[in-house]
Order: sequence, then C-alpha cells, then structure tokens
Amino acid sequence: MSTADFAAFSDNAVMFASLVYILAFLSHLTEWVLLRSLPVPEQGALARASVPVGASSGPSELSEGQPGETDARVRAPDTSQEQELRVERFGRIGVALTVVGCALHLAALVTRGLGSDPIRVPWGNMYEFTLAGTFGVSVMYLALMKRHHLRWMGALVTGFLVVVLMLDVLVLYQDAGPLVPALHSYWLAVHVLAAVIASGAFSVGALALVLFLAKDRAERRGTLRPRGYLSRLPEAVALERVAYRLNAFGFPIWTFAALVAGPIWAEYAWGSYWNWDPKEVWAFITWVIYAAYLHARATAGWRGKAASVIALVAFASLLFNFVGINYFFGGGSLHSYAR
Amino acid sequence: MTPPPPGTTDVASAETEAGGSASTPPTPPSAPPALSPVELSRWAWRQLTSMRTALVLLFLLALAAVPGSVVPQQNIDAAKVLAWQRAHPSLTPVYERLGLFSVYGSPWFSAIYILLMVSLVGCVVPRLRIYWRAARARPPAVPRRLSRLPEFRTFEVEDGPAAALARAEAVLRRRRYRVVVRPAADGGAVSAEKGYLREAGNLLFHLSVLVVLVGFAYGQLFGYKGGVITIVGQDFSNTLSQYDDFAPGRLFSPDDLDPLSFTVDDFRVSWLTSGPEMGQPESFDANITYRTTPDAPARHHDLAVNHPLSAGSTDVFLVGHGYAPVVTVRGGDGKVAYQGPVVFLPEDSSFMSAGVIKVPDAAPQQLAFQGFFLPTYGFTMSRGPFSQFPDALDPVLSLVPYHGNLGLDSGQPQSVYALDTSHLSTYPNADPRLGPSKRVKLSLGQTVALPRGQGSIRFDGVQRWVKLQVSHTPGKEVALAGVLLGILGLMGSLFIRPRRAWVRVSRAPSAPEGPRRTVMELGGLDRSSGGDLAEEVDELERLLKTARTTDGPADVPDVPADPEKEHA
Ligand code: HEM
Repeated sequence: MSTADFAAFSDNAVMFASLVYILAFLSHLTEWVLLRSLPVPEQGALARASVPVGASSGPSELSEGQPGETDARVRAPDTSQEQELRVERFGRIGVALTVVGCALHLAALVTRGLGSDPIRVPWGNMYEFTLAGTFGVSVMYLALMKRHHLRWMGALVTGFLVVVLMLDVLVLYQDAGPLVPALHSYWLAVHVLAAVIASGAFSVGALALVLFLAKDRAERRGTLRPRGYLSRLPEAVALERVAYRLNAFGFPIWTFAALVAGPIWAEYAWGSYWNWDPKEVWAFITWVIYAAYLHARATAGWRGKAASVIALVAFASLLFNFVGINYFFGGGSLHSYAR
Repeated sequence: MTPPPPGTTDVASAETEAGGSASTPPTPPSAPPALSPVELSRWAWRQLTSMRTALVLLFLLALAAVPGSVVPQQNIDAAKVLAWQRAHPSLTPVYERLGLFSVYGSPWFSAIYILLMVSLVGCVVPRLRIYWRAARARPPAVPRRLSRLPEFRTFEVEDGPAAALARAEAVLRRRRYRVVVRPAADGGAVSAEKGYLREAGNLLFHLSVLVVLVGFAYGQLFGYKGGVITIVGQDFSNTLSQYDDFAPGRLFSPDDLDPLSFTVDDFRVSWLTSGPEMGQPESFDANITYRTTPDAPARHHDLAVNHPLSAGSTDVFLVGHGYAPVVTVRGGDGKVAYQGPVVFLPEDSSFMSAGVIKVPDAAPQQLAFQGFFLPTYGFTMSRGPFSQFPDALDPVLSLVPYHGNLGLDSGQPQSVYALDTSHLSTYPNADPRLGPSKRVKLSLGQTVALPRGQGSIRFDGVQRWVKLQVSHTPGKEVALAGVLLGILGLMGSLFIRPRRAWVRVSRAPSAPEGPRRTVMELGGLDRSSGGDLAEEVDELERLLKTARTTDGPADVPDVPADPEKEHA
C-alpha cells in the first residue's frame, strides 16, 4: 500500500471503529433497559463482588463466586436467573464489540503513522492526540475490566468514546502529514505515550467517579430506584475505590510525562526545560490538583465526596489543557502546533 | 479552652487506629485558643503542618499558577508583554502592582510555595522519626477477637497444632511478611506485617519534592540564558557584550561565562513544497565549529532543533533563523558608505521580514532604509507586497528610504531594529495615490538611485542568520534526580500495600472421627485504603490449606504429632 492508501485506510478505520463503538454502546444500553424488568439482587450480594450479579459473573465465575453471591442466586427463582443470563448476553456482546472497536482503533492509529511521510508516531497534532488518547481510554477500560469487574461502565465508556471520536473527526481532522521540526525527537514518542496512558486512566477514573457521586447521592437521599441503573452498579464504596486506583495508577505516569519527559524534551527542543508555557502551566496545575486529590482522600472528612470532586476538577483541568489551551491561547503557546 | 492533644501526628494516630487510612488526624480546633506566645506558636506550627493546610496550600498553588498562563509573562516573552501593556494602558499599572507580568517570581506565588515547603518539612521530619521506630518494630500481638477484623476466615486443617503453626509461619514468610511466632500450649499464633516500604516511599517522595525545588532554584539563581543572532559565517565568543539579550540569574556573575567560542559555518533549511502544511519548515540545522577554551582543539557540531550542543556546562541551542539581505549603499558623494548583510526579523511564517538599514557614514546626508524583505515576492492591490513562500526563491527588498540625521550621536542607545525618525524625512511619492512616502523595490542584483542624487542602494545578495540561545543551567541534574527519585517513592507509596495478618492455631474440639484436626483462624487488616484485602486473605487461606511444611522452626514447642499426618 502507498502512503496515501494507508492514510485513507486510517480514516476509514476511525469511522468503522466509531460505528462498532456505537453498536457496543447500544448493546450495553439494551442490557440495562432489559434488566429494569428484573429484580435487583440484594445489595449484600453485590457488596462482596463489587459487581451487579446480572452484569458480571458468567456461569463459569458462578462457582468461584463469594458465598454471599451464590446464596443470592440460589434464592432467586429459576426463571429470573435464566432471564438474567439471557439479558447478560447483551453485556458480553457489548464487551466483544468494544474489543473489535479497539482493534480497529489500533489499526487506525498504526496506519495513520504509516500514512504519514516520513513514517512517524501517530501523535503529531490535535486530531492524532485525540485519536491516541481515546485509544488509551479504550485499552485502559478493557485491560482493567476483567480484574476490576468494570463491565457496568461499558455504556458510559463506549458512549464517551463515540462522542469524542466524532468530535475529533468533525472538528479537529487534519490530513496526514510530516511533523514540524520541534517534534522530530524520540521524546515525542515517550512524552506523548506517557501522557496518553495517564489520560486514559484519569478518564476512566473520572467516569467511575461521576457514577460514584450519583450513586452516593441517591443512597444518602434514599432516592435509589430499586430497578434503576444506579442500583445495578457496585456499591458506592467499591466505585470510589476503583476510581482511586485508576487515578493512583495514572498519577506517577502523569508525573513522568509532565515533569520528566516533558522538561527533558523541552530542553532539547527549545533550550529550556521549564518555560512556564501555558501548556506546561496547566500540566503542572493538573498535577497539583491530582496531588491534592490523593491528599484529600487520605484526610479525615474529605474522603469520598469532597475528594472525588477534587479529582473531577483535576480531570477538568486535564481536558482544558488538552483542548482549551490550543484554542484559547492559540499562538501564545509554544505547543500551539499541536492544533 | 484546652490545647489540642500534643504530639499527635497523622501517622501516630494511624498507628493506633485499626482499618483507617494511614492518616486521619484529629480535627484541629477552628479558632486559636487563648494561650501563651510559646503555646500559640506551637499551635500555629501544628496548624501549618496539618494535612488540611497542605491540602489548602496545594489548591492555592494550583490557583496561583493560573494567571501566568493568561497574562503574558515578562521573563518568557517580553515583547508580548509590551504589546499587551500598550493595548491595555489602564489595566497595566494594576496588573503591574499585582505582579501579574511575572507571576512565578511574584511575592505571593513565592509565599505559597515557601509555606508549602515549610509545611512539608514540618510534616515529614516528625514522620521520619516515627517511621524510623515503626520500621524496626515487631508485628503487633494478635487481637483478642480476630473475627472483628475486616477480613476473617476460619477453617480446619489435618495437622498437629505445631505443624500448623510452622506452616503458617512458612506461608507468611514466603509471602514476604515480617513474622513473629508466639507459640502457646496446644497451638499459638503468628503475627505478620508487610509493606513497610510504603511509608518510606511516601517520605522519599515528599523529600524529593524539596530536592527538585532546590535544583530548580539553584539553576534560576546561578544560571543564565542569552540570545544572540549570528549571521552565517560569523564568529561568537561567550562574553556579555556579544549577546543581543541576556537574562542572568540573581546570583550570576560574568565570571561564570565559560570561555566558549564558535563559528557558524553554514545553515540549511528545507521547506515543505506541497501538501496542506506547505511552507512549513521540514528541518533546519547549522554546522558550527567550536572551542571550549581559546586554545582547545576546534570541534564540529551539527546544531538543530532537538540536537543542541553541550560544551562543558554551557548549552547552545538553535532557536530561530532568518534572512540578512546584503546591500551596498552609496552616499550622495558616490562613495560606498555601507556594504554588508543586515539582519531582518521574520514577521510571519512566510518569512516576510522587517528590518532597518542605517547608514551613518553616508555623505553629505545620513541615509536610512526601513521596510521588508520578501523571500518570494508576491503582490496584490489589496495586500500590497507580501511573501508567498518562506524560501528565498524570488527575494525582493521593499524599502522606504530616509535622509537626514539618524540621531546616533545623542548618546541614547538605539535598537538596530528601530529607526528614530524624528530628524529624518522621506522622499515624496511621485504618485500620491501610492502613499505619501516613496518606496523602492529591489530585486536581487538591482540598484536604485535615490532622488536628488543623494545616493543609491544595491541589493547584492541574501545571507542567513541563526538565532542561538546560550545557556547555563546548573542544578538541572539535581532536579532530574529528584523527580526520578520522587516517582520511585510515589510508586512505593501508591502501590505497596501495608498489611497485617494474624493466624491463630488451636486444637479442634475433639473431633471424633480419626485424625486430629487443628483450627486455624486467619485475620487480615489493610493499613492503606484502596487495596483488595479480600484477595490477599483468600490467597493466604489457600496456601495455609495446601502448603506443605517440611521442617518446622526449632522454637515451636513440641506437641507429639503423628509423623504421617505432619507431612500429609
Ligand atoms: C509540594 C507539596 C506536596 C505534594 C506535591 C504532595 C503530594 C502527595 C501525594 C501525591 C501523595 C499521595 C501518596 C499516597 O497516597 O500515598 C501524598 C501523600 C501524603 N502527603 Fe503529601 N504532598 C505535598 C505536601 C505535603 C505536606 C505539606 C504534608 C503534611 C501535612 C503532606 C502529607 C502527606 C501524607 C501524610 C500523605 C500520606 C497519605 C496517605 O497515607 O495516603 N504532604 N502527598
């Protein structure tokens, strides 16, 4: 294939990936809608496994489940259990589709790199950063789903991916092309890769925190509808813990991206390792707020809701740095080529 | 009123608290109690070093950093600050007083991070002391009721109590717990703890924040950063007078300048000639020959973006480039008054460049030219002259000639890029529709005579210049080492799970059917938040049920055991 073929293939792959993510989203949505007609198993059963019964454990996991969980199942009438399994299939289809979407997404990234002349890493402008960043979210979700039972996030994550990818294509699209000289460095690969991984973790963490806040609020106000989406989520505590672990995973990587790889590269490219350039300032702000979040989570009285709000503020500043700087500050930033 | 409990630090309180996070400090009272000055200052100190204050200061730091990304900063882009100040004359004095043009050096910004650092030291030093003791402590005794712990399992094994105890010890040691065995008649207990390095990592992280700051501050104080525009073929030697702009640290002395010198041998640039990014530079680099001391051997370096020169402790970076048209100017007397390249500064990405040619030696009247260099000439009625492409494909000079007095003898230093026109006049345009002042257009090799026989200017050729940044940033290795250590500590702090586990072994109440059985009780406690304790305890349970012990430790009291069962 020629360079132009690769570039064209990449564009198609982005579209296909988005379509598959849409299907995955619909599949997860179907699962939740159908589950509304089934009773929610006891919360006690959920607490242990940190998963809604219907949404997580396939038959194979059933036998290994916590005692409490098995009890709940045994007590449930047969018909309802069968129904749950049938409904659950939609969830599994959703995950399978997300895997397919993620593979297409990867193909889009790789061919984007091959479709640029000369061949390079596929993160040289805003369009590509967003493509890579959403891929990070997708991979992070899939990688952690099994271990941390995240399938209940499926609809949210795929919905997020679809919206961001669409915006990327509609607003930020640029033809594949060569890099500006400042980007000719292997630090581009290291710095952006680290930033993308950390952003992926922070994004999934933020999505989990939104759900935590919603569920926590409903629980405290007693407005949790017995058959609603929120009831199907793991307990608020478990949601919060998953989010914490994602953010804690992202934080050292962000530290490396923003405070090690970035400065080293900035020194090579611009002659000074820290310029207080708007992009750097906001990377620093983001870092400080995430540090504040980790502190808050360890401080009596701040844990839970307050800490979560801080983490969401940190995430907002991450997003602002990603998109806002290039639009509001334009040429005022050395990083403005990223547009 | 009573003073807050003395000596309670975050960690100390966590020591006594089961299951809580590693730090749940007592809520500090909101109003200062009426106390003696000594007590008051101790109270203030405790406030400053509390976790809540750290949190608030972190927030303030983030908030205080924001304006610097919105308002142009003096030490980053002085030209932009000037432009901003000119556009906002009434806001400028207010902003100036608030230090908004140099946020990161302003008193209030400094105050926040200095307070944060003081708080950090005040927080970390006592924790170091506590950690020093805690790290060598033995795992605590077994709680009376293990079933009260967050994770608890109880099960029976087919083993004698002694063997079971030995097995528990072996399993916990293999899982890298620090273990204390407390045998008792007919059983005993094992206390185990692991994850001591978490707090060490946390302390390392906080201390390395200080290291980074020290490294950064050292560079700011003793370093310097200078910019110089050098025409290709010219020399540079590292003395203050050679710099076009120079930003020294507060404690910099000119003796710190390394005796570096170099010549810019050539410069290459290639532009994208097609595609959507047409006109963007694809790459540019300069070959230089340098000596670290006047009598050191000459060495070569290919200077490019992302490929700076490090000569000793001095770094040289290629940060920009542009054109220097070469002109010959003759005065009214016909003599050559100036010949050579003149640096023009690029104004946009097409390298339309602005510049001034001053000719003080022209006689009888001094001459000057102000205008643009256009590397690839283009013209439309609406835009006037412009550059179509950044490469010098069809170079043209478009200049307004002046005559009169340049004002160079007034003693006032003048920028070479600006013209003081107060004692200069232009030539009137023959066609007033084209503007009041006469403008001359010169293509390569062309000569234009000035009106009234006052001289001529010839466009001889085009040279290039490079803008080099020479800097010396001591302490950056310290800062780098600090961040790397910090990340290491952070990973320890975030990913090491401090845990305690206890196993109690006792003989099962007489099991009637055959082999003797032993009851094992297993309890677990996570001393950080966010761990999956249940998984760990499950794994311990599995190991305790299946592990084989070949030899028990000697200090286990000998309980007569059936050898067959011992090794089953
Ligand atoms: C530049 C300022 C600071 C930064 C960037 C910072 C950053 C952090 C980070 C990222 C953590 C998370 C590590 C973890 O959860 O284990 C942490 C934990 C901690 N920090 Fe700081 N910190 C700063 C200042 C302070 C100060 C002034 C104090 C003292 C009041 C402090 C006390 C603590 C404590 C006790 C923990 C442990 C929390 C836990 O056990 O989870 N920090 N800090």
